[in-house]
Amino acid sequence: MIITIPWLKEHLKTKANEKEIIEKLTNIGLEVDGVKENSDAMGLFKIAKILKVEKHPNADKLKICDVSIGKKEILKVVCGANNAREGLITIYAPPGAIIPKSNFKLKVAKIRGVESKGMLCSESELNLSDLSEGIIELKNREKDLGKSYFKSKSDRSIDISITPNRADCLGVRGIARDLSSTGIGKLLPIKKRKFKKSAKHSIKISIKKDPNQGCLAFGSCFIKNIENKESPEWLKNKLIALGLKPISAVVDITNYVMFDLNRPLHAYDADKIDQEIIVRDSKDGEEFEALDNKKYKLKKGMCVIADKSNVLGLGGIIGGTKTSTEFDTKNILLESAYFLPSSIRKTARSLSINTDAKYRFERGIDPNSILEGLEIAADLILKICGGQVSKFLVGGKNFNKNKIIEFDTSRFENLIGIPIDINEAQKIFKSLGFECKKSKKYLKVETPSWRPDITQDVDLIEELIRIKGFNNIKSVDPEKKRESETLNFKQKLFHLSQRSLASKGFLETVTWSFTDSKIDQQFSKGEKEIQILNPISSDLNVLRRSIYSNLAIHLKKNQDRGYEDLSLFEIGPTFYGKNPGEQQIVIGALKSGKVSRKSWLEKERSFDVFDIKSDVIKTLTELGVPEQYLFVNDNTKECYHPGRSGSVLLKSEKGPQLAYFGEIHPAIIKKMDFKEPNIFGLEIFLKNVPEPSKKIRQTKKNFQASDFQKSERDFAFVIDKIFKIGLLEKIIREIDYKLIQNVKTFDVYQGENIPKDKKSVAINVILQADDKTLSEKDLDQISKKIIEVVKDKTGATIRS
Amino acid sequence: MSELDKINSIFNAKIDNVKNKEELQNIKTEFFGKNGQISQQFKYLGSLDSDKRKKFASDLNKIKSDLSNQIEQKFFEIENLEINEKLKNEKVDVTLPVRPYQQGKIHPVSQVIDEISSIFSEIGFSVAEGPDVETEYNNFTALNTPEDHPARDMHDTFYLQKDKKLLLRTHTSPVQIRAMLNGKPPFKIIVPGRTYRCDSDQTHAPMFHQLEGLHIDKDITMGHLKGCLYYFIKEFFEVKNVKMRFRPSHFPFTEPSAEVDIGYRIENGKIVIGEGEKWLEILGCGMVHPNVLKNANVNPKKYQGFAFGMGIDRLAMLKYGINDLRAFFETDYRWLSHFGFDPLDVPTNYRGLSK
Repeated sequence: MIITIPWLKEHLKTKANEKEIIEKLTNIGLEVDGVKENSDAMGLFKIAKILKVEKHPNADKLKICDVSIGKKEILKVVCGANNAREGLITIYAPPGAIIPKSNFKLKVAKIRGVESKGMLCSESELNLSDLSEGIIELKNREKDLGKSYFKSKSDRSIDISITPNRADCLGVRGIARDLSSTGIGKLLPIKKRKFKKSAKHSIKISIKKDPNQGCLAFGSCFIKNIENKESPEWLKNKLIALGLKPISAVVDITNYVMFDLNRPLHAYDADKIDQEIIVRDSKDGEEFEALDNKKYKLKKGMCVIADKSNVLGLGGIIGGTKTSTEFDTKNILLESAYFLPSSIRKTARSLSINTDAKYRFERGIDPNSILEGLEIAADLILKICGGQVSKFLVGGKNFNKNKIIEFDTSRFENLIGIPIDINEAQKIFKSLGFECKKSKKYLKVETPSWRPDITQDVDLIEELIRIKGFNNIKSVDPEKKRESETLNFKQKLFHLSQRSLASKGFLETVTWSFTDSKIDQQFSKGEKEIQILNPISSDLNVLRRSIYSNLAIHLKKNQDRGYEDLSLFEIGPTFYGKNPGEQQIVIGALKSGKVSRKSWLEKERSFDVFDIKSDVIKTLTELGVPEQYLFVNDNTKECYHPGRSGSVLLKSEKGPQLAYFGEIHPAIIKKMDFKEPNIFGLEIFLKNVPEPSKKIRQTKKNFQASDFQKSERDFAFVIDKIFKIGLLEKIIREIDYKLIQNVKTFDVYQGENIPKDKKSVAINVILQADDKTLSEKDLDQISKKIIEVVKDKTGATIRS
Repeated sequence: MSELDKINSIFNAKIDNVKNKEELQNIKTEFFGKNGQISQQFKYLGSLDSDKRKKFASDLNKIKSDLSNQIEQKFFEIENLEINEKLKNEKVDVTLPVRPYQQGKIHPVSQVIDEISSIFSEIGFSVAEGPDVETEYNNFTALNTPEDHPARDMHDTFYLQKDKKLLLRTHTSPVQIRAMLNGKPPFKIIVPGRTYRCDSDQTHAPMFHQLEGLHIDKDITMGHLKGCLYYFIKEFFEVKNVKMRFRPSHFPFTEPSAEVDIGYRIENGKIVIGEGEKWLEILGCGMVHPNVLKNANVNPKKYQGFAFGMGIDRLAMLKYGINDLRAFFETDYRWLSHFGFDPLDVPTNYRGLSK
């Protein structure tokens, strides 16, 4: 909502200056977004005429226009608008002008090799409307060539952001009323107008009792024998200051009343109405051409204003071309109605129309302003365009009963924390237009018809504190007391995982929860896709089912920038259904490239599956799963290299899936065209990480260390090639948990001297007893046992 | 000159000329070997009269320990010399680079969430969460934003279903509803999380992070809200004082509603939070609307309290001088390395939130 101080002062008697007014506005919840200087800068925009149009030699869509601004000089301006043509009167912006929409300062510039001195403007570029197609077309302005389009003395405009509950402040008067309640000034009364109602209201108006009827009241008057014309300067300036384009006196006056009183009106060319006005539900498929020059196909049950043969307008949203007023319009029907906010909203949304009237009606117009709006507009039309007015007819519902709230002022203190005096409350209410009656315990507060947002006592409390001032609320220091844990187990895991991965050299990233379905498919075969109906772009069209999708996309982007040795991770949701909660938190990490690339010290080597396995195992143990509970096998998913990947499960192969790790499938690498194709990943599923039932301190055994010498024995087993070494180690470990302290494979060999279907595995075993130093005899005994058990369980022989 | 003095002077003359361990060994044999000069004297001891023997024995022992000490000392001297000689050839260029390693980093959003959690933990808030996909009811209707409410226009919503019943939450506020439906008052939670709006330009991202706060009890007033937020802002920006103002605003789910501005100024091109003539809007808040409490099965006649919501990404930008919101989510290796945090820098209230 834009206002100017002089306009405001037509409703508010105040000595306050602009700065004081702006501060007050902000303090009462009418936030000032900005103040725009309309004066000098805007004076640079000149009314101009295109004298000649030539094709641009280097661009099909561009034209070179010879532009005159009334002087002898002809300006060459490059323009891309379709409607740029010889003889067109439009608005010219010279170099140095600042385009209001983009805040871009124009310079003399070469456009595709041709110099352009400034530009010709569209309505949207000047913030006059949203119309961005083509440049502005002015009519009857040839005499004004070279004059500033915006009056250089027009007022500074103050842009106020009005919250959706404050429909009443979508008019200057409403803002003045709110300001008056702060004590900054006095709200001036609207002066009564007297009419000689000499014309006959010759158009019958009926509101049909249709099931969806969105129009609750319809007021109108007939004005005949007018002379429609350009508005007088004062009116044009008012509208221009608001960023509107003056059209004709009749239209400008209806707009003026809308912005002045928040009372939308509509004027019909009465001679174009077929017999009568019928307010009804639309029929399915009915068509109508609106004033935005678009044709709309209506659905059943939209509120339309029609005559005997056509739809003339969408009530409260937009009028139609059939009965639009023109400069030659002689007789008009002026409409002032009340439409249901929900009906307006539904229709406008379904047709995607946004207008100033719709914006106001959907927020709630004062239903008791129907007559006032008609009177003020009729008065102005008679003054500017002449003619005779009929009586004012208002049909439909009567709105003279206001809501009454019984308000207990002690509720104010309960909620806000500071008391309010009942007299102070009464004073604030009155200044806002509420009627108050004191009764014993409470105030009987009657809400004015322009405040549909006030329905219960908290709304009244807000009004009081808003005007009393939020700065009067006394701050209460928070108590430093904690009664429940800040984080639950899963949340602790989440935070710990971040630090755990980052401490292993991974950079944490945060990516969208949605991704490109084409990439997501690569990583989530066979799972159902979860589509977003209105994605921001077609390559962000599904919720990610795999944590890898976005990581892979971004890994590639980084590789393309020349960074190949990368470790990235993200912890976040992946989705397996479109219902709330069908999601889980997954840690995903990708690393690509080499270790020690170009190091003088270390031999460079490619990352391999054991690098990523280390990361998985280390992370899981840091998350609290004891290493002996981590069961690793080679079951894997399709997105991994089938031979170089694995699973980590809890305790056994039947246990919950803790993680996958391994090389990303070469087919995916190829399809996504990675520059550095050596890529490994890990996925850890946090929901499967078990929550210990006890604290570590409760489960930790007493410290016991043997004082006796430890011994080592190395074994080389020749075993089936496919036999899993993890299992072999486990078999040995289980032979004697007391004696065997550690089992470690230190070499795996296949080749010469070993049968083709076998491998040689060298294992180091550490032996230690609690009660003595093991003798040669003891050691021989246990070694023999190890060899026997291994042979027994695996068929392996000791390598000689 | 006695025999012992003679031995001593011979020894002294010899040991000074010793150059290496071998020569030292020779001296050791010469004096302490089986037939060495000292050993000879011990043999001679037996032949002495008992009255002379005592003194001689004591002299002999003294000279024995003296000489062997000298040998030992000489041994260390030589050894040191040898080591130092060897080390002369072992010099490396320590200015050569270290073993390559990758420095991991924590994303600024995560770091800031940890900071926020740490601050609110001090005053008794717990962290709650909710799903990213929400029902239209939880995201709007239950929060006092019925279908025809214009406030819905302010949220450009991503939908998962034609009937618009399922969507990506546009704010963290639906977690208020979930938390209240799942528990009993009092409620004292913060909710950091991902939120979504289909809006994308320089200053808007289709996904961003919000922090929701909710405190419901029997006597929580707007004064508590003010105190809580003042405490948070002061702690978060790690400043002694903060200029803060509450400005009336409107959110369907709170009444009264306020937006909170903090004072700031620009110094040497950097933003200084807390003081200054300019105002910066940082969050929205208010007293939870009775309709919301009713929808969450909480009796508004018994319970009341406040809620607030703020942009985590924006807080991170302000605190750590990050200009571009979009960069948060673009995973540029260089950006992550530049703005990311060392995993060891865990925000705590005793060591401080940030370095």
